[in-house]
Amino acid sequence: MSETLVNLMIEGRPVSVPAGTSILEAAKTAGILIPHYCYHPGLPVAGVCRMCLVEVEKAPKLAPGCATAVAEGQVVRVYSDKALEARKGVLEMLLINHPLDCPICDQSGECELQDYTFQEGRADSRYREAKRFNPVEDFGGDVMYVPNRCILCTRCVRFMDDIHHDPVLNVSERGDRAYIGKAPDADLTQPWAANVVDLCPVGALLSKDFLNKARAWELDRTASVCTGCSQGCNVTLELREQQVVRIRPRGNTNVNKFFMCDHGRMDYKWLNRPDRLEVAMAGDTAADWEIAIGAAAKALKGKRAFVVANASLSNEALFLLKRLVAKTGGAGYFNVPKGEEAPLPGVPDLSLRADRAANGTGAGLLGFTHEAKPLTKVSAGDVVLLVNVDPHAAAAESLAKADAVIVIGTTMPGIAKSPAAVLPIANVAEEEGTLTNLRGRVQRYLQAKAAPGMARPSWFVLADLLNAVGDKADYLSASAVFDALAASEKAFAGMSYDTLALSGIESPAVRAGATA
Amino acid sequence: MGYPQKSHPRETPVLSKHFGEGEGRSLDGWKKRGGYKALEIALNMTPAQIVDIVKASGLRGRGGAGFPTGVKWSFMKPGDGKPHYLLCNADESEPGTFKDREIMRWTPHALVEGCAIGAYAIGAETAYIYIRGEFQEPIDRMEAALKEAYAANILGSNAMGTGKTINVYVHKGAGAYICGEETALMESLEGKRGNPRIKPPFPAVSGAFGQPTTINNVETLVAVPHILVNGAEWYKAMCLSNPKSTGTKLFSVCGNISRPGNYEIVLGFPFKDFLYDLCGGPTTGRRFKAIIPGGASVPIQTMDEAEATLMDYEGFVAQGTMLGSGGVIVFDDAQSIPRQVARLTRFFAHESCGQCTQCREGTSWTTRILDRIVAGQGTYEDLDTLLEMAENMTGKTICVLSDSCAAPVVSGLQKFRHEFEALITGKRSSQSAGGSQATAGSSKLTVGAGA
Repeated sequence: MSETLVNLMIEGRPVSVPAGTSILEAAKTAGILIPHYCYHPGLPVAGVCRMCLVEVEKAPKLAPGCATAVAEGQVVRVYSDKALEARKGVLEMLLINHPLDCPICDQSGECELQDYTFQEGRADSRYREAKRFNPVEDFGGDVMYVPNRCILCTRCVRFMDDIHHDPVLNVSERGDRAYIGKAPDADLTQPWAANVVDLCPVGALLSKDFLNKARAWELDRTASVCTGCSQGCNVTLELREQQVVRIRPRGNTNVNKFFMCDHGRMDYKWLNRPDRLEVAMAGDTAADWEIAIGAAAKALKGKRAFVVANASLSNEALFLLKRLVAKTGGAGYFNVPKGEEAPLPGVPDLSLRADRAANGTGAGLLGFTHEAKPLTKVSAGDVVLLVNVDPHAAAAESLAKADAVIVIGTTMPGIAKSPAAVLPIANVAEEEGTLTNLRGRVQRYLQAKAAPGMARPSWFVLADLLNAVGDKADYLSASAVFDALAASEKAFAGMSYDTLALSGIESPAVRAGATA
Repeated sequence: MGYPQKSHPRETPVLSKHFGEGEGRSLDGWKKRGGYKALEIALNMTPAQIVDIVKASGLRGRGGAGFPTGVKWSFMKPGDGKPHYLLCNADESEPGTFKDREIMRWTPHALVEGCAIGAYAIGAETAYIYIRGEFQEPIDRMEAALKEAYAANILGSNAMGTGKTINVYVHKGAGAYICGEETALMESLEGKRGNPRIKPPFPAVSGAFGQPTTINNVETLVAVPHILVNGAEWYKAMCLSNPKSTGTKLFSVCGNISRPGNYEIVLGFPFKDFLYDLCGGPTTGRRFKAIIPGGASVPIQTMDEAEATLMDYEGFVAQGTMLGSGGVIVFDDAQSIPRQVARLTRFFAHESCGQCTQCREGTSWTTRILDRIVAGQGTYEDLDTLLEMAENMTGKTICVLSDSCAAPVVSGLQKFRHEFEALITGKRSSQSAGGSQATAGSSKLTVGAGA
């Protein structure tokens, strides 16, 4: 791919970008964010808000940065008096009909209208007339429309038209009577529709689920990966007082661009479950960690570890389980629940996958066997380890064939009647780890909150267990477990938490396998 | 000629020669008047030859911008393997303009012929005539003429027996002023909401249906057959002032004037003679106060400026305004300029498509402030706000609708500021103290505000 580079100056800084890049994107490479509303890198250019007007030397008029391509030798001034005056004018006009109800608006604190007005706008308004009023409308799905706050940037309309390919939103009426209309009998229940809430730069489109739950500045945000399916969308967990209150997509051009599906977005409440395993147990007795681990090791002595692993466990946990299986001559299984596939038509290779678990690929790479009803394979001499799974009650008969059962999990599986040991572990929001998506991209998730009670990260618990059965596993961090994994597993060779960073790396082994 | 007025001796009727003659509407009647000779000539030339003749004639776009037609046509590259389109802009919605309507009502075949020649010249096999939806009679006339032209094999897959394909269709607008903007017209033609597009790409690169497209005004296309029959030199010789403005132009005259109507004059004609001689001057007992000479989108002229104007593209610019569409709106001394400006901005606020912030919010805010001033509730700060807002509405949006809204505000405030101030201070404007209904209304409100 040969790219012609164009050289220009933006606010006195030299910039080199591929031909065809917009001034707005070129400015980003120089660390300058040109204020804008209608422009979004994941959507077609509309050029309607006129907020990104900049001065281009020798051009007769101010140019919209989003819709003007760079040219060789161009001299762009973002903060000239002329450009600032024009943007101040746009801001004043955007605000004349905008209710100043920030104190009761969910968007407050993460509102681009607030941000740019604070940055470049007027301190007061000269508007003395009545403001436009339209009633709030329920758009269906998770979306609520507050037309009075709408600045008609049309991001939502373009998302539904050009990305979702289901054009149910439109601009109705014209002039200052315009508002976002919804096709009659159509609700925003499409699988990816709630992205319009993230795309809305102001408080016009709101999540009904998040409504009035928190102020933006109260939220603690942590980078994570969605475990709703095998796509592995990059997300941000947003917590208020140790409770996850919202999940939003985190940009990753290689995985999910700027989007995530509604299934993943709404799949966070289990992270706050109150019915968690909080105490380690040896037999029926609450016990210290050392005693509980000892009980588990004792049960495993001379037996085969029969591991049934949750397909959303981290690569680290699966790696340690794999070693446990090897050490005891056992077997490892996982099962991936299925759902309906729901692609986002406007983005290649982005879909809510039918595989509704985050790490089926990782489990496969680490030698686990996919099996819909793994417990039917249990025989005498097996010690079943239920690792964060809750098998159907019908499997109780098969489970009875096992010599013993060890529960390692966040909640108690109903099927485990008298386990030899119960080892409580952290969930995905409470520990650090990595997941491998369906394209073999290994991606990190970070710890967002503390685990309840005695629960410990899965890698911590499994490393202790491995030590107790005599396979040395003295790891002090998830990162150290991953280093050991990378050293011994070809698919992860050369990777480390530092090189994965927050956007992940595609496993070369998987890529080679996919093309072969 | 100024139908229904009789042609004035100082007019030069070329395009309007057969206005009022019902027989000219039919194919036979039109042929009797020399129709379709130009198309025959054109189809025996190469497209490039036609473009050269039109270039040499100096014909410029009659829709408002005045871009040289031949140059515009030369942007099209016949034979580039893509379908080309000719669009005829007949969405005549500019307030004060009604020339295209009369062309289509009386001489529909002239437009069919102009479209056919234009299409051939730019390598298009298809031409669309986008007619304003309210123009029911012109739509009927055009459709009848097209039917005749197809039946006579003037159009179709063997146009005039030359084996060339020329199809012309009528497309009816749905009542939006903005669809007269060329790219909004294309969106509308494609069946979308009529929102102007960002340029570039320009229509010659990506126009209707994403293909190379040329768009011309009705009057422009209708002038082309005359140029082909009589020659570029003949057309170029019709010039009374600046050599860059050639040929005849129709002016639609309305407002407070004795003989409103359409008048066709050679470009460069003195505006003073036009107003007082051709159009008969003000109505009895009145004096002219101000003129908007080129449709609602151009700046207002004082009478001093208007009377010094030579009527061509450069002449109007020299006197603080633009030729525009040629819709002359005349105000006499009974009219209140603030009220008239408010009336104009209300039109633009109503017609703004609402895409660009400055236009969507600015046109409406401007109107609200002006309404308040006219109601006697204005302040001096309002005048500053209006001017600053007009600056923010000029040259900053996708199309020029917001510029058009700002033009009468700025020119009105520059040239008739005393009338705005009189409303603010509570004194009635001395100029508007006449007995018209409008003035009576405004004075009542002013008194009410003072009480």
